[in-house]
Amino acid sequence: MIDAIIPVIYVAAAVSFILALKWLSTVQTARRGVIVGVLGMALAVGGTLAKPEIVSYHWIAVAFVIGTIIGIPMAMMPMTAVPQRTALSHAFGALAAALVGTAEFYLRTPKIDVFTMAALALEVLLGFLTFTASLMAFGKLQEALPTRPITYRGQNVVNLALFGLAAVSGVVLVASPGRTWLFPVFGALALLFGVLLIIPIGGADMPTVISLLNSYAGLSACAMGFVLDNHLLIIAGALDGSSGLILSIIMCRAMNRSFTNVLFGAFGQVKHGAAAAEERIVRSATPEEAAPILANGGLVIVVPGYGMAVAQAQHKVRELFDTLTKLGVEVKFAIHPVAGRMPGHMNVLLAEADIPYDRLVEMDEINSDFGQADVALVIGANDVTNPAARHDAASPIYGMPILDVDKARTVMVVKRGMSPGFAGIDNELYYMDRTLMIFGDAKAVVGNLVKEIAASNGMH
Amino acid sequence: MASDFELSLFVFVLATFLGLEIIRRVSPLLHTPLMSLTNAISAIAVVGSILVTGRQETTLSTVLGTAAVTCSMINIVGGYLITYRMLKMFKKSGKGAR
Repeated sequence: MIDAIIPVIYVAAAVSFILALKWLSTVQTARRGVIVGVLGMALAVGGTLAKPEIVSYHWIAVAFVIGTIIGIPMAMMPMTAVPQRTALSHAFGALAAALVGTAEFYLRTPKIDVFTMAALALEVLLGFLTFTASLMAFGKLQEALPTRPITYRGQNVVNLALFGLAAVSGVVLVASPGRTWLFPVFGALALLFGVLLIIPIGGADMPTVISLLNSYAGLSACAMGFVLDNHLLIIAGALDGSSGLILSIIMCRAMNRSFTNVLFGAFGQVKHGAAAAEERIVRSATPEEAAPILANGGLVIVVPGYGMAVAQAQHKVRELFDTLTKLGVEVKFAIHPVAGRMPGHMNVLLAEADIPYDRLVEMDEINSDFGQADVALVIGANDVTNPAARHDAASPIYGMPILDVDKARTVMVVKRGMSPGFAGIDNELYYMDRTLMIFGDAKAVVGNLVKEIAASNGMH
Repeated sequence: MASDFELSLFVFVLATFLGLEIIRRVSPLLHTPLMSLTNAISAIAVVGSILVTGRQETTLSTVLGTAAVTCSMINIVGGYLITYRMLKMFKKSGKGAR
């Protein structure tokens, strides 16, 4: 009886997951999407627990309790920590798939047919490499590991050789699953490859990498579906895999780079070129000088970047937004797809600070507005505003779509100092006549701007 | 076995195309919640983990399975909760702005 109902429950779970993602298309329906997603997962778990082949619930219950105890604090992390939290959860997801694959291998060997073993090998390979790669990404985002890319001579050869070795041992296992001694070697190679894959990748490339790992984690769950002949796993895994794929394509396009370039290109070392020799003039301003320009503007476009997140300045930015709005200044936010450390990072930070989401405008839409803007206020963004991307074919970021900040009447850049961005290149925006550099910590500078504007306009 | 595999492959290909079409329509505004939601959904690996644990065939499989259920549960609980938390923050002008 129950065997006839479980497939129906699984179908309902699959439909729920599809609806959950469909409703994420707009902010209005998104919360409904989460609820239907929870429903889908409850159906999937309930249906599985009802299977007659389950003889004991003891360890399942223990794992549920531990997982919940760890899961709740992971959901309560501040929005600034969301990129590293996401990397960590990719690691957990991938590890789960890899562990199940390992268990299934030892249960079934040597009687595994070629198709199942191929899926199992893929599940374990993707699972283990995504596990260590995500942990490395977590370490870099948490800044427990150096965020600069670590490179050495022959790195790509070593990585490719290692991957080749892992692939060969996988193929041998598919051909003769009875070679149980090879399985730990295979798993170890995958784990090691995951580590080496992320070592040469810099902080600015994290949005792409995190999306790619998202995709891999989904695909390993998908491969598990092939092993277990379970279509629900295949559907959910494929949805996750395609989501990660789309996000990484969007991120790559936003940087005008290819996958291979991100993974093997080792971007972001500081270049010691001849350009550093010439002294160029920078105009700096104090918050007192900048405040009236902002207060008298008709349209101010704020360009946030990772620096805003680092300085935790988003709440001060909200105060600035409120103050200027009260004075009748229109304030918009220009969001570059790769601003921050993961897709959409700036949006959640600004939404957390209570900035209405209809003020957050994507790059393609806002670029035509810069020409009419009185002030473009750049807070902690760098490479995504560099005009060299448009015209300097020698620049490493040439061809990357940028925010046309330089077209605004006045450009203000809030920055700690003149250090280059993650691409390691100088930003010519800083040397324009219309650019005012406001040096200092973003949180302090924006706070002072708010104070100055409020004081000179009789606000409190 | 081969026909089962063939069917699975069809399901995979169709689900991938469906996924690509659906995800393409997700607002860029919501890309972070999208990632945390898909992360929670890919914790569907919990199904395989529960089966391996609950069948109690060998000590090794039970231990690995329990660890896998724990990992999946972390993502289910953490993933849905944080997605909901994020989405609650998105407010329109007038409602959210003071």
